[in-house]
Amino acid sequence: MGMTMTQHILAAHAGTDSVRPGQLILADLDMVLGNDITAPVAIREFEKIGRDRVFDPGKVALVPDHFTPNKDIQSAQQCKAVREFARKREVEHYFEIGEMGIEHALLPEKGLVSAGDLVIGADSHTCTYGALGAFSTGVGSTDMAAGMATGKGWFKVPGGIRFELTGKPNPWVCGKDIILHIIGMIGVDGALYSSMEYWGDGIAHLSMDDRFTIANMAIEAGAKNGIFPVDDQTLAYLKEHGSKPPRVFSADDDAEYQQSYTIDLSRVRPTVAFPHLPDNTRSIDDVGEIPVDQVVIGSCTNGRIEDLRTAARVLKGRKIARGVRVIVFPATQKIYMQALKEGLIESFIEAGAAVSTPTCGPCLGGHMGILAQGERAVATTNRNFVGRMGHPESEVYLASPAVAAASALAGKIANPEELEQE
Amino acid sequence: MKAKGRVFRYKDNVDTDVIIPARYLNTSDPDELAGHCMEDLDPSFVQRVKPGDVIVADRNFGCGSSREHAPLAIKSSGVSCVIARTFARIFYRNSINIGLPILECPEAVEGISEGDEVEVDFDTGEIRNLTQGTGWKAEPFPEFMQGLIKADGLIEYIKQGGLS
Repeated sequence: MGMTMTQHILAAHAGTDSVRPGQLILADLDMVLGNDITAPVAIREFEKIGRDRVFDPGKVALVPDHFTPNKDIQSAQQCKAVREFARKREVEHYFEIGEMGIEHALLPEKGLVSAGDLVIGADSHTCTYGALGAFSTGVGSTDMAAGMATGKGWFKVPGGIRFELTGKPNPWVCGKDIILHIIGMIGVDGALYSSMEYWGDGIAHLSMDDRFTIANMAIEAGAKNGIFPVDDQTLAYLKEHGSKPPRVFSADDDAEYQQSYTIDLSRVRPTVAFPHLPDNTRSIDDVGEIPVDQVVIGSCTNGRIEDLRTAARVLKGRKIARGVRVIVFPATQKIYMQALKEGLIESFIEAGAAVSTPTCGPCLGGHMGILAQGERAVATTNRNFVGRMGHPESEVYLASPAVAAASALAGKIANPEELEQE
Repeated sequence: MKAKGRVFRYKDNVDTDVIIPARYLNTSDPDELAGHCMEDLDPSFVQRVKPGDVIVADRNFGCGSSREHAPLAIKSSGVSCVIARTFARIFYRNSINIGLPILECPEAVEGISEGDEVEVDFDTGEIRNLTQGTGWKAEPFPEFMQGLIKADGLIEYIKQGGLS
């Protein structure tokens, strides 16, 4: 029986021709990633192992992005520990404030992930790089420590779920709507322990930024990874960002999938996930009256240049509703600069939004936009769990940049399609 | 190795944000983390939990963030074992890597209520509900994972020459 794309990548990194679902393997790692929350624990564990050096200083990336710029003394201490470790162990890919971006937007942008790579990161959204045809998955700090020391990781080979994408999405529908639609369909544990593998001619209509968003939220369906086939768009992206030469893997035609879904992208509606789970989704047509206090546009899910362009298209020349706080977070310095050059930042500020330096801050309720008791936000982030953005009695609604921006103008969750008709 | 304790019974999709909210992630000190364990789901957990107690939950326990602070907080609060219908995959591997015993056993989850006293034998996978006089057997871990658990986690396993 044939293998999935993910199984091929795992087999190649385990030095074998074939693997089967459920098999436990040891595999070579191409990149090991950590941030200012997970790396301090990993560093502590790494030191216990007693190795003088990391397995390959060019294959470790440390990105202080969560509680940075340092939000308090304890966070500053954690960042200091990461910084000192990077210096002492000569880690090549350490990104200080000023060049730092949100890790999962930053690594592809810096060309640190290529097609066919095997990447682990002590952050659950490490699955983002599946957009590039890499196997990447989130792990914990101890796995990160072990990876830094040995260059190897243990994996249970996942089975796969096949998503056949057909058709072309409508103008205001983007990767976020597609992945929320899928999570709503299969549930937050619908892909537990499995790979979400995308197939079909609909993929050609998805930009790289759309694909990053879709791969990013695989974890919200419980998946081990989400992965796209490598096409001309992928190769062009990798070339533009100076990545190492791609290793192109593909699923066998007779690959065995435990489940198969077909999704006609032309039928996907702008989609919103209501509190408190990402699978609690509704079409924009069924949202009803949901007034909001805050709008967050950014994160590793939706802080890329296309996301900002979409938001700016909605906000340009208009005014944010009175009483709504809008915070825009470009995901990296490069994206920020590009947005500046294109006049997007001007559109945001003139509309009444605050624009921030890159940080994960509000997405996980860290800092820079925490919600008070009873407050409600619509956010382009990835989780809407209880207390995720602040007070345990606050609410987060997940949506696309277009829906978030339209909601900023309306003061309630709104449909960007209606805006266009005005 | 055996554990015995009272049960804290939770439902589906207990996420790592409620196990340890991000506002406390500016530290990784296990005792400090334990002081806020389960805070946004069960604010009285910290006052009520005793060494040896057992968490029993339905599907997808530990979903969401990869923060190892979540199993660390649970382990450090004195909980001896987590039994669930299913675990989210990162929580699952984190627990094994740090030596927090976990068992997947849907039948046991079905037959255990809040406050029951249970006894778990990690060597055999046997779970006994002492309050209701019932028992089950969880699937044993694959040999490789048993090696990790016996070594008291991944770091000790590597120190003993594993993973190379």
